[in-house]
Amino acid sequence: MESQQRTIVRDSLAVGLATGTYGLSFGAVGVSSGLDVAQTCALSLLVFTGASQFAFAGVLAAGGSPFAGALTALLLGSRNTLYGLRLAPLLGYRGGARLGAAHLVIDESTAMSLTRDSRADARIGFLTTGGSIFVLWNLATFLGALAGSTLGDPRSYGLDAAVGAAFLALLWPRLDQPLPRVVALLAAAVAIGAVPFTAAGVPVLVAGGVAVLVGALAGRPTGSRT
Amino acid sequence: MTWAAVVGAGVGCYLLKLAGLSVPDRVLTRPLVARVADLLPVALLAALIAVQVFATDGGSLVLDARAVALAAAVGLLMLRAPFLVVVFGAAGVAALVRLL
Repeated sequence: MESQQRTIVRDSLAVGLATGTYGLSFGAVGVSSGLDVAQTCALSLLVFTGASQFAFAGVLAAGGSPFAGALTALLLGSRNTLYGLRLAPLLGYRGGARLGAAHLVIDESTAMSLTRDSRADARIGFLTTGGSIFVLWNLATFLGALAGSTLGDPRSYGLDAAVGAAFLALLWPRLDQPLPRVVALLAAAVAIGAVPFTAAGVPVLVAGGVAVLVGALAGRPTGSRT
Repeated sequence: MTWAAVVGAGVGCYLLKLAGLSVPDRVLTRPLVARVADLLPVALLAALIAVQVFATDGGSLVLDARAVALAAAVGLLMLRAPFLVVVFGAAGVAALVRLL
C-alpha cells in the first residue's frame, strides 16, 4: 500500500473511532426514550445514520408516536441522498457493490472520501471510515443500551470537538479560492441560523441549498456559451 | 407498532442512501449539476462544522469548549500540522477547557 493510502486509512480510522464511540450515547438515549435494547440496536443496524436515530429516539422521548419518529428519521435521512449524488461518480460502484456501499453513505464516510483525487483513494477513505464506524457504532450502541446512562459522556474526552476539527481539516484545502470561501461562510451562517428552528440534521440540508443557489447563479455567464 | 416503525425507518433511510448513489452519470455531467456538485461538499462540510461546534442536542446555540477547540484547529492548520495532530489536538484542547 502506498504511503498516501496508509495515511488515508489512518485518518479514516481516527474519525471512525471518534464517531463510533458516540454509539454509547445513542444506546443510552435509545433505552431511556422507551425503546428496548433490541429495538435500539436494530435502529443502529438498519437506519445507521446518527442524526436520524437520535431524532427517532427524541420524538419517542417527547411522547410522539413511533411513526412520527420514523417520519422525522426519513426527513433527516434525505441528507444522505445528496451525499450519494456527489459520491456516485467518485466511487463508481455498480451492482451488488453499490447495494452494499449504500448503507455506509453517512456524514463522516462522505467527508472522508469527497476530497480525494482518485477513485482508489476515495474508496479507501469511504470503506475504512464507513466500515469502522459501522462496527464500532453498533457495538457501542449495544453497550450503551445495556449500561443505560451510567456510562461516562464521550464529551469529557473532547471527542465531540474532534469531529468538527476533522471536517475543518478536510475543508481547509478547498478554501484557497474566493467562490468556495463565500459558499463555506454562507453555508455555515445558514446552518447556524437554522439550528434554533429545526430538528437536528435539517440545518445541514438547508445549507446544501446554498451550494445549489450559488452554483446556479455563478454559472449563468459561462452557461450561455456552452 | 414500534418494531414496524423501526424497520420502516431503516428500510426508508437505506433507500434514500441508495437513490443518491444510483443517479446516472449523464445527469451529473451536465454543467449546472457539475457546478452544484462541486460546491456541495464545501457547503455540507462548512454546515457540518458549524453544527458540530455551535449547536447543542437540544437545538440551541452555545459558545463552549468546542469553539475553543475549533480555534485551536484553525491555528494548527495554519501551521500545516498533519490531520491527526489537528483532530486530536482539538479534542485535547476541548477536554482541557472542560477540566478548567
